[in-house]
Amino acid sequence: MTAAIVAQGLVKRYGETTALNGFDLEVAEGTVLGLLGPNGAGKTTAVRVFATLIEPDAGHAEVAGLDVVRQARQVRQTIGLSGQYAAVDEMLTGQENLELLGRLHHLGRRGARSRAWELLERFGLTEAANRRLKEYSGGMRRRLDLAGALVARPKVLILDEPTTGLDIRSREATWETVGELVSGGSTLLLTTQYLEEADRFADRIAVIEHGAVLAGGTPDELKNQVGGHRLEVTLSRPADLSRARSVLASVSAGEPVSDAEGHLSVTVTAADGVLVDGIRRLDAAGIEVVDASLRRPTLDDVFLALTGRIVEPPIESSSEKEAQEVVR
Amino acid sequence: MSSLVWAVGDGMVLAKRNLIRTLRMPDLFMSSLIMPIMSTLLFAYIFGSAIEAPGVSYREFLLAGVFVQTVVFNSVITGAGLAEDIQRGIVDRFRSLPISPYSVLFGRTASDLANNVLSLAVMVLAGLLVGWRIDSSFGEGVAGLLLLLAFAYALSWLLAVVGLSVRAPEVVSNASFMVIMPMSFIANTYVSPEGFPGPLRVIAEWNPVSAVAQAARELFGNTNPAYPPGDTWPLQNPIVASIGWIVLILVIFVPLATHRYRKAVRR
Repeated sequence: MTAAIVAQGLVKRYGETTALNGFDLEVAEGTVLGLLGPNGAGKTTAVRVFATLIEPDAGHAEVAGLDVVRQARQVRQTIGLSGQYAAVDEMLTGQENLELLGRLHHLGRRGARSRAWELLERFGLTEAANRRLKEYSGGMRRRLDLAGALVARPKVLILDEPTTGLDIRSREATWETVGELVSGGSTLLLTTQYLEEADRFADRIAVIEHGAVLAGGTPDELKNQVGGHRLEVTLSRPADLSRARSVLASVSAGEPVSDAEGHLSVTVTAADGVLVDGIRRLDAAGIEVVDASLRRPTLDDVFLALTGRIVEPPIESSSEKEAQEVVR
Repeated sequence: MSSLVWAVGDGMVLAKRNLIRTLRMPDLFMSSLIMPIMSTLLFAYIFGSAIEAPGVSYREFLLAGVFVQTVVFNSVITGAGLAEDIQRGIVDRFRSLPISPYSVLFGRTASDLANNVLSLAVMVLAGLLVGWRIDSSFGEGVAGLLLLLAFAYALSWLLAVVGLSVRAPEVVSNASFMVIMPMSFIANTYVSPEGFPGPLRVIAEWNPVSAVAQAARELFGNTNPAYPPGDTWPLQNPIVASIGWIVLILVIFVPLATHRYRKAVRR
C-alpha cells in the first residue's frame, strides 16, 4: 500500500521550545490515522508542516508523494485542511464561505456555486445557507469548516482537532460527519485530544508527546501493549488506599494506580474470577468497597502506560469521564 | 492562463469578500464615511477660523492636508484586517489553498483602495460645501486625487507588513498610530513648517506626507503665496518627489509584505 503522508525526523523549534523533535509518521492511502496527544504535544505543528504552512527546521515530509517544502503548491492542490479554530469568515453566510473557497480553487463562478450547494446539502446546512456564520452554533460552524476542506475534493484530508471546544451534542453531530467522510474512503489525518475520537475513527493511532511519536499501531495493538483487563475499585475510606494496594498486589500484573479520592486501578493477569477474588481479599482485610468493576483497557490506559500520566481533558469539556486526576 | 492573471483574479475574489465584510459592519462602514466628513468640517471651521491670513484662503490650503491625513489613517485598516485574518485562522486556510501569496495581499490592498476612493469622494463633497475649490483644470484635479490614492495604496503595503508582523490585531492600531500621528502632523498638512523648531522642520520638509500634500495643492491649484512650501527639493518638486516616494515604498514593502505573508500563521 502506498503512503499518502510520510514524515521522517521532523524537527521544528520556536526559540527555546521544540515543537517537533524527530517526528516520524506514515499514513497509508485510504486509511484514517489518529494523531493523539495532549495539548502542546506538537499535533498542530505537525499538521502545519503537512499543510505547507510552516517549513520544518530538519527532516522531510511528503503528502501524496509531494515534498511539502519543494512542491508546496502541488501539495496545496492535494489537501483539504480544517483547523481547530473554525477558519471561516463569520461575516459571510455559509454559502458565501463555501463559494469563496470554490472560487479560490478555480472551480469557476457556476462550479463554485453548485459545489457549495452539494456540500450544504450533504452537511445538512441548506436551511442555514443564507445565514451569516456568526449566527451559527459552534457545531454548525465546525461542520461548515469541514465542508470548506472538502470543496476541491482533496485526496488527503487533514482535520486538526475537529471537536475540541464543542459541547457533547455538537461533538456527536460533528462525529457523524467525520464518520461519513471516513466511510468515503479518503485518506484522513485526524488530530485529537479525545481518546474516544481516535478509537472511533482511526485505523491506526500514533501517540505523540513532546514533539515525537511515542507509539503507534491499531487501537487494538495499542491496548494489547498495555496488557490485560483492569480491575477498578472505589474505596469508601480513601485512608485504606495503601493497604488496598498491597492486598491487590497479589492479583496485579503491574503497579496499581490510585488517586486521593479512593479510586484504585490495577492491571490483572487473568480476567476469570479476578473481580470476585479481589473483592473477597479486600473484604477479608476489612477494606470497604463502594464500587468495583473489571474492564478492557481503554486508550486512557494506553496513554497512561506510555507517558506515566493520564490525558488531561481539554478545559471546554466539563463532562468528560476522563476528568479524574490520577496519580501514580 | 498565466499565474499573474490567476493572482489578480483571485485577488478580486478576495477583495469582494473584504468589501462584503465592511458593508456588513454598518458601524464600521458609517464611521469610515463620517470620519472624513467630520475631519473636513472640524478642521475647516476650527483651524480655518483660528488661522486667518488676510486676503487668502487658509481653508483651501488646509483641505489637501485633511485629504492626505485621512488616507494615511485609513492605511491602518489594511494592517488591522490582515492581523485579524491571521488571528481568526483565515490566513492559515488561505495559505493552505493553491493560490499565490500576492492574491491575498492584492485583494486586501484593493479593497482598502476602494475604501479610500469612497473616503476621498465624501471629503471632496464636504470640501466643496465649505468652500474648497479646484482652481486648476479638471484634468489636474483628477490627477491630484489619483496621486492621493496612489500614495494611500503604497501606505497600505507598508501597514500590511505591520499587520503581518504583530501578535494581535489590537496592536496594529496602537503601533501604527505611534508612527502615523507624528508622520501626519510633523508635515505641512495644516501649517507651513517654516516655523517648526530645527529638527522637526527638517523632518517635515523631507516627510513624504509633506511632498504629497504639496503636490496635491499644486495639482488642485490651491497653492498660496502666504504659505510658501519651503526651499527643499521635495517641496519644490513635490509631484516628482511624491511619485518617487510612492515607488520607493512599493519597491520596499511589496516584497517585504509577501515575505511576511509566506511565514504568517495563527499564533
